[in-house]
Amino acid sequence: MLDTQSNRPDQVPNRAGVGFKAQHLDGILQNPESIGWIEIHAENYMGDGGRPIAQLRHLRERFPVSCHGVGLSIGAEGPLDVDHLNRLKKLVDWLQPGLFSEHLAWSTHDSHFLNDLLPVPYTQATVDRVVAHIDQVQDTVGRQMLLENPSTYVAFEESDRSEIDFLQEVAQRSGCGLLLDVNNVFVSATNQNYSPEGYIDAFPTHLVGELHLGGHEQDADDFGATLLIDSHSRPVVDPVWALYEYTLAKAGPRPTLIEWDNDIPEWDVLANEAARADRLLSAAPAARAN
Amino acid sequence: MAVQSRFAQALLDPAHPVPDGLIDPLGRPAGKRFNVYRNNVVVSLMDAMETAFPVIRKLIGAENFRNLAGLYVRQHPPTTPLLMFYGTDFPDFLDNFAPLAHVPYLPDVARLELARRKSYHATDATPVPADALSQIAPDRLMQLRLTLAPAMQIIPSRYPVVGIWEYNMTPDAPQPPAEAQTALITRPALDLQMQLVSPAMAAFLGALHQGEPLDTAFDTASAQDSAFDLTAGIVLLLQSDLIVEIHL
Repeated sequence: MLDTQSNRPDQVPNRAGVGFKAQHLDGILQNPESIGWIEIHAENYMGDGGRPIAQLRHLRERFPVSCHGVGLSIGAEGPLDVDHLNRLKKLVDWLQPGLFSEHLAWSTHDSHFLNDLLPVPYTQATVDRVVAHIDQVQDTVGRQMLLENPSTYVAFEESDRSEIDFLQEVAQRSGCGLLLDVNNVFVSATNQNYSPEGYIDAFPTHLVGELHLGGHEQDADDFGATLLIDSHSRPVVDPVWALYEYTLAKAGPRPTLIEWDNDIPEWDVLANEAARADRLLSAAPAARAN
Repeated sequence: MAVQSRFAQALLDPAHPVPDGLIDPLGRPAGKRFNVYRNNVVVSLMDAMETAFPVIRKLIGAENFRNLAGLYVRQHPPTTPLLMFYGTDFPDFLDNFAPLAHVPYLPDVARLELARRKSYHATDATPVPADALSQIAPDRLMQLRLTLAPAMQIIPSRYPVVGIWEYNMTPDAPQPPAEAQTALITRPALDLQMQLVSPAMAAFLGALHQGEPLDTAFDTASAQDSAFDLTAGIVLLLQSDLIVEIHL
């Protein structure tokens, strides 16, 4: 059973949501039942005023909202940007989103913002740093954060533990939850040569507050091995839908986002992706005991 | 600190080697895999530049703009995650970019595009009622200081920047006239409005915006143009919803 429709911004139901794009506003408002909630990229709503913020104020009256940061650089070797953290707090304070998430990645170095989710080595030193940064985020913003598993294209020689062990220790020590991006699992598993189902089997799904689905593109590395690129520019592929069903069978239904950030399609195309996720969510059993 | 420094350098400089210690699943050097990150960084920032400067792109052509943006993003990566304001240094970059010196109006057009974005994202403000000034005793009027709308932007230019902008962004707009133009950008609600003002009017608005009282602002404008019309200035302030607070 799906949760009943919620129109409170602070209650995100176990339904499909979409990453909000301004060009979809009319489509969404004409058929609001087609999605259960919306997600916004925090950085797009950190201006001082004007149309983007007016639209978001309008939408939060009608939909539950998830606030997804893409610029905090939690995995950075240097300190967090306090100005940026305060901007995030200000946004979360008025928006009161039902979910609040960021990435296991870095993007800022020496005050340069590189606008990509860059990878970190899985070591004790990185765990300690990421935990300290998440503590700082959760203390400042005043609420729990979900940390998202990355899509990775390279591995670090110095890594001495699995991504899952890494995420589990970070979650345990910081008290953060996890955002499980099923497409990222598929992309990283392909690129790093492990089983995506095995990853889901090992994942602490009881800590998962939200799932992501998105499209990827295909390339090849120097040796001709398949290299998948998390592009958010295409429909979710069938093997990722299958992995999503596999995830739901273990985790039970969870709020599920369709991400589509590049080559953005007409609203109907995105709404169809959301409907497909909703069908799988309503068929999903309750969570298995971990 | 060292690992991310080397990583960041290699991202922005294609001649820089792939950092050590990055491998594929079989332990071989990551090689081309690293280029995914290089590509993500540079392409996403070039896309942000295309969104930010559509008129510059039309003026020099899509392919030239892509090349120019590629140079710019490597030399001036963003300094905050707020990409809506990315490109602040682009007008000055264009000022010093010799290969485009034969298109001397580009930097001012870029300034105009930046100013429009600042206005678009500026703090919302409610204007005073249209009759607010008429309630004030005439002998005190000239001592008033005004807070003007945060969305107001003024771009003076030796070139017809407003005409150039409209010719490239508005269907059926006329050819830009051969004249110097000063743009006034306002945002009464959520939509931007752009109009031409005289240099004296721009000086009047600029002085008020800096907190000068009306009489000083009037003197500043009159120094530019002895025929400056104060009534026209006040009408413009009220009609463009520019006054958000009156300080008696």
